[in-house]
Amino acid sequence: GPTSPPFQRRRGQDSSTGDLMPMPTSPPTDVLSPRLVPTVPPNEVDMSSPLMYGTPSSRVEGTPRSGVRGTPARQRPDLGSVSKAPQVDLQSEPPSADGAVASEANAGQRLVIWGTDVNVGTCKEKFQADFILCVVGDPVLNVNCLHVQSFDAELYRQLICYPQEVIPTFDMAVNELFFERFPDSILEYQIQVRPYNALKTRNMRNLNPEDIDQLITISGMVIRTSQLIPEMQEAFFQCQVCAFSTRVEVDRGRIAEPAVCRHCNTTHSLALVHNRSLFSDKQMIKIQESPDDMPAGQTPHTTVVYAHNDLVDKVQPGDRINITGVYRAVPMRANPRQSNVKSVYKTHIDVIHFRKTDEKRLHGLDDAEQKLFTEERVQTLKELAAKPDVYERLASALAPSIYEHEDIKKGILLQLFGGTRKDFSQTGRGNFRADVNILLCGDPGTSKSQLLQYVFNLVPRGQYTSGKGSSAVGLTAYVMKDPETRQLVLQTGALVLSDNGICCIDEFDKMSDSTRSVLHEVMEQQTLSIAKAGIICQLNARTSVLAAANPIESQWNPKKTTIENIQLPHTLLSRFDLIFLMLDPQDEAYDRRLAHHLVSLYYQSEEQLEEEFLDMAMLRDYIAYARTYINPKLSEEASQALIEAYVDMRKIGSGRGMVSAYPRQLESLIRLAEAHSKVRFSEKVETIDVEEAKRLHREALKQSATDPRTGFVDISILTTGMSATARKRREEVAQALKKVIQAKGKTPAMKYHTLLEDLRRQSETAITKEMFDEALRALSDEDYLTVTGKTVRLLA
Amino acid sequence: MPSTDDWLNNPLGVVEGMFAASQNTPNSGWAAKAVAFFKDRLKEKDAHTWVPSLNDVPLHYLKPNSLVKFRCFIQDMFDPEFYMGTYEAVDPSTKAKVLRCGKYKDVTECGVDFNSRSTMTAERHTFYCVPIPGESPWVKEGYAGSSQARVVPSTSYAPTRQKRSYEEDDDDMDTDTQPQKQREPHTGPHSPTEPHGNGDCKRREKEAPSSQAASASHLDLNFPLPGEKGPSCLLKVYEEWDGFKLNEAVEVFGILSVSPALSALADEDASSSLLDPAGGMETAEEQRVHSPPASLVPRLHMLHAKPLPHNNPLLPAAGLEDNNSAFLSSTLREMAAVRAELLAYFTHVLLGDALAAEYLILHLVSNVYTRRDVLPLGKFTLNLSGCPAVASFTERFYQIIQQLVPSSYYLGMTLQNMNQMRLVPKKDYVANRLLSGALQLATNTSLFLDESQLEQGQLDTTGVRNVTALGNLISWQKVDYDFSYHQMEFPCNINVLIASEGRSLLPSDCQIHLQSQVAPPDLEAYLGGIQVHPQASQLNKFRMYLSVARQLDYSIADEVTKSVEDDFVDMRKDDPQSISAEDLHRMLVVARLLSLSLGQTSLSRDSWLRAKHVEMLRRSRMEQNKCVNGNEP
Repeated sequence: GPTSPPFQRRRGQDSSTGDLMPMPTSPPTDVLSPRLVPTVPPNEVDMSSPLMYGTPSSRVEGTPRSGVRGTPARQRPDLGSVSKAPQVDLQSEPPSADGAVASEANAGQRLVIWGTDVNVGTCKEKFQADFILCVVGDPVLNVNCLHVQSFDAELYRQLICYPQEVIPTFDMAVNELFFERFPDSILEYQIQVRPYNALKTRNMRNLNPEDIDQLITISGMVIRTSQLIPEMQEAFFQCQVCAFSTRVEVDRGRIAEPAVCRHCNTTHSLALVHNRSLFSDKQMIKIQESPDDMPAGQTPHTTVVYAHNDLVDKVQPGDRINITGVYRAVPMRANPRQSNVKSVYKTHIDVIHFRKTDEKRLHGLDDAEQKLFTEERVQTLKELAAKPDVYERLASALAPSIYEHEDIKKGILLQLFGGTRKDFSQTGRGNFRADVNILLCGDPGTSKSQLLQYVFNLVPRGQYTSGKGSSAVGLTAYVMKDPETRQLVLQTGALVLSDNGICCIDEFDKMSDSTRSVLHEVMEQQTLSIAKAGIICQLNARTSVLAAANPIESQWNPKKTTIENIQLPHTLLSRFDLIFLMLDPQDEAYDRRLAHHLVSLYYQSEEQLEEEFLDMAMLRDYIAYARTYINPKLSEEASQALIEAYVDMRKIGSGRGMVSAYPRQLESLIRLAEAHSKVRFSEKVETIDVEEAKRLHREALKQSATDPRTGFVDISILTTGMSATARKRREEVAQALKKVIQAKGKTPAMKYHTLLEDLRRQSETAITKEMFDEALRALSDEDYLTVTGKTVRLLA
Repeated sequence: MPSTDDWLNNPLGVVEGMFAASQNTPNSGWAAKAVAFFKDRLKEKDAHTWVPSLNDVPLHYLKPNSLVKFRCFIQDMFDPEFYMGTYEAVDPSTKAKVLRCGKYKDVTECGVDFNSRSTMTAERHTFYCVPIPGESPWVKEGYAGSSQARVVPSTSYAPTRQKRSYEEDDDDMDTDTQPQKQREPHTGPHSPTEPHGNGDCKRREKEAPSSQAASASHLDLNFPLPGEKGPSCLLKVYEEWDGFKLNEAVEVFGILSVSPALSALADEDASSSLLDPAGGMETAEEQRVHSPPASLVPRLHMLHAKPLPHNNPLLPAAGLEDNNSAFLSSTLREMAAVRAELLAYFTHVLLGDALAAEYLILHLVSNVYTRRDVLPLGKFTLNLSGCPAVASFTERFYQIIQQLVPSSYYLGMTLQNMNQMRLVPKKDYVANRLLSGALQLATNTSLFLDESQLEQGQLDTTGVRNVTALGNLISWQKVDYDFSYHQMEFPCNINVLIASEGRSLLPSDCQIHLQSQVAPPDLEAYLGGIQVHPQASQLNKFRMYLSVARQLDYSIADEVTKSVEDDFVDMRKDDPQSISAEDLHRMLVVARLLSLSLGQTSLSRDSWLRAKHVEMLRRSRMEQNKCVNGNEP
């Protein structure tokens, strides 16, 4: 066919460079036990030994090589005169035909070219991008193994099983192609192919002897990195007699020191010259299983990883990464002085590719943590979503051990789903908060803490902290000096750690003012600014806050407003979308149901428990799916409904001279409506969503913003910390006081007590000391008078 | 078939014989057969008592490569290990290549052919095991006494060994330990490093020549509790390692490996790490922790392990469920009577306060039997307030509890302890191990918090963290282990008893104020006499009673459910403030524990009423107390 000339050419070139190993021809059955049956061609005798695994020389073959290796990049441009025509031909060839030939003998040679094909065919844009990288000086081609698999399963299998052989072949192919297309470019060294996303293994715990020498991808967290270790690649020897020099490649960590000088035949005259030998960089990295992958009740495993050359210092302790590499097992070194040896292998991974998973999070792309849902699971989830009562079902599945409080559970459910993330940074507004914040307040012992614990255990990135124990530092971030590297590191606190999750704060009222002030920024701007020890930065903290507060007096005082009961600054309260009261309802029917619920907790059988456990997993998946895949947008009707709702809310108060809604409440409504449509797996926010958002919002307001004096809902309790009637009354008392003072004529100073007595005598309503103080304060604000100790002086 | 001595003294021979026999038949599943063989042997009557135990026989009296057992607690889990499951070696005598089995061994035979194609890599896991933390001396002695293992006779060893087992047989062991205790009053609260268990002193005296005691000083064996002694071991697990959990108490039967070659190899590795590129990855600390000298930390290759449902040598080892119905029914019959005796004893100890004694029994039989989402059910943390501050009442009180429960720990909540002790286990990434803390305890351990030791002062960061950890332990029965980059939650099941003068600063499920019936002037004398112990036979009855009551199943019948609900509604109708949901929770737990303490496995109307009554008494006393406190200037 038309494709044969390039094949020929490549084969010829392969033999000339001589570093390309032929593809293994062993049948696929060998894969099962690679350590038993050598996976390498017979001409490489040593390769059958388990010793070869992980030794430096073989590692060079498997992992991206350093620029100093035998095949200099300069050779490549010479071959660059090949026209682009063959590629086009290759691409036009259907993959299925390729697969058919692949099983034939000598398949390896051809597969190389198909490997090239994969790169061009599926990653063409990437290739272009890589070209730019090349100019910068980082000639690396990252290949997603999934693409390889979708292109050719057989090739993928070979890549996984024999990475040591296949990756260098990929390298060759890529380089050829590169220089075909860009003949004039000069590279520091050859392009290296770095496959990632090998699906062989996902979890460190599943690594077993069968994975040895295979390409694996695992996720984990970096816990330690070593200093840079120079590793000798090529030793330089010089004869002490005749100054003849020779180079010896390091083989499996050993240097075969030449005993005789080839030039002058003197024995033992060759000396190693260190600074003319070649070294490559190496770093030992320890990674630990990420906590999400762990079975309960076990400790996390750790694995040693070696990074080479430019992968050195790419990761820091604390980073969460995905590693693709070759799993190695090295026997403990046999000691010549000892007859028996430890029968244990040391294992490590030679890294080929790092991918930081938390780096992506900073840019808001959560694809690394995208849970993979099986088709059936998605189907079940969708079926569940299609049920008309899905909202109620989910709400009741939430913390089943906590009785009733349905609206609170619904609110928390919506919080778990969250609104749609919108970006207004173009218009200068920055990020629009999509996370719902909820405050629970109420009597002690109403299972607030339990609810918080439940939520914390439900969501993957939840943090639980108590206002009593946590300082501003614990919530935000602090700078720490790493004892080993003397490097300053930023240690993040609960709020940053729960980015994209929920931060549960118990005993919110016990928090110190300075700590609470941090929350102002987090709860509206969703960022955290840090200026400490010369580090000035702004961290993302897109966290939903679920807080619980106890009343200042041990019991909730129904005669007081929310603010008075919990003594929190209104500036903070207004940042909560929903504020719920958890009170003891005290009615008989409720008591009976509660009793039944509690008693049943104590005698339910194992099976029933099992059932509920499943529900928790389901709930978790449901939320994860909705958060990842559903991004509802406001429909026309929904926006109309929202506008109406807002206008209505404002109208309610205006009749009594009060404002009962602010733009912040409108934003809350939008978020809640979006969350509700997420619950339904709907891409569109519809009127029913707005209705529910309105209802829930109203419920919460009814509970928390009712003016105990008038019985009306008054949003200003939450926004200004004082109800409008209270403010009005304060004004009246102040005026009355002013009159009293004016009636006294020209007296520059008065006794505090006499003034209070006078006012009490004149006023029809009872004047408390507090009211009097408030009035005095109001008048002093007007610069009418000033209070010093027990004396009141007029200023005018 | 191998004889008894073979499987006890040369288990490796048995394994190797099976391995060799299987060579001609592929897929023979010899490994499973070998494990089954040992399991069967151990099932035979009393067979397990013939196996010497690492717990009570000093290591240097045990024969290397023999079958031993170890009653232990999984303190840490190391990374999995790949080893040569099968390998080819040159026989030094015949010079022929022989296929060898590497299972249950640490070192290979000489002349390994690394290039052989028949080398088979296999996986095993290593757990770091320590004796069960806080195990009471009577438990140790009980197990040691029932052992029938024939240990290699040794002149220096035999007398102590015999003396101890005799002492176990006759009943005067308490009088033996008694003077000891009085001579050495509890020093724990003042210096956390000193031993708390009085039995330790005794052990130390008797086992003075033991190598473990001497050498433990320079090697940190990472025991959860300060001042603990005993062997620790590296347990090699060959199958079903996923079934084991951290902090689990297990009895392991395995092959002891103390090959000196192990230590030699470790030294070799450390010194040659510069030359060996592969050896460089382990730090010196890691080496020390992961390959300690085998003479100090022996390796135990597991053949069989069983979880311990309880750690009481007086109870049948198998637990209560199967084939022990005779034992169970006889104990159940006696339970009410034993309870009455125990109540009288506790009343005496608690200065004549019968109500507090009642609650103490309930506390001691409590057990987290299940969890509903995050809520642990069945826990019953007791805060015993009003403890007299004289004559170290709390410490004496603890010693009495220690005599009754299988494992316990006394934590004096001094400022110093709170600020300095490591309560929460922390991962040490340098040595790659989990540094233990005092809250890493086995299921059903009694944790005695002595808050009367706490004085005014400043808690530092560690102190706050420790107090928070204790609070979490009490409220949720979990401990958040510190993995520096994140925390990991480990559920636990620990009975916490807080002794304090006023109301405790820690949360508790139930608080009872001690009402002393003893006039203050007589208190000293009275407390001095508190420790006169009951007869050993009676003590054993108490011990058995507490362990059995804790393990019973429990249910509530529908009609009782109904009446409980009615009761609740009625009580709320009269006065909604009088009883909250939380109170109902507590009453249900009290009713459960009360029934179990009487040996009843389902709630009866009577027990419910009794529970209500007891709770009412307690609450009225609390209110009384509040008034008294309120009237004080």
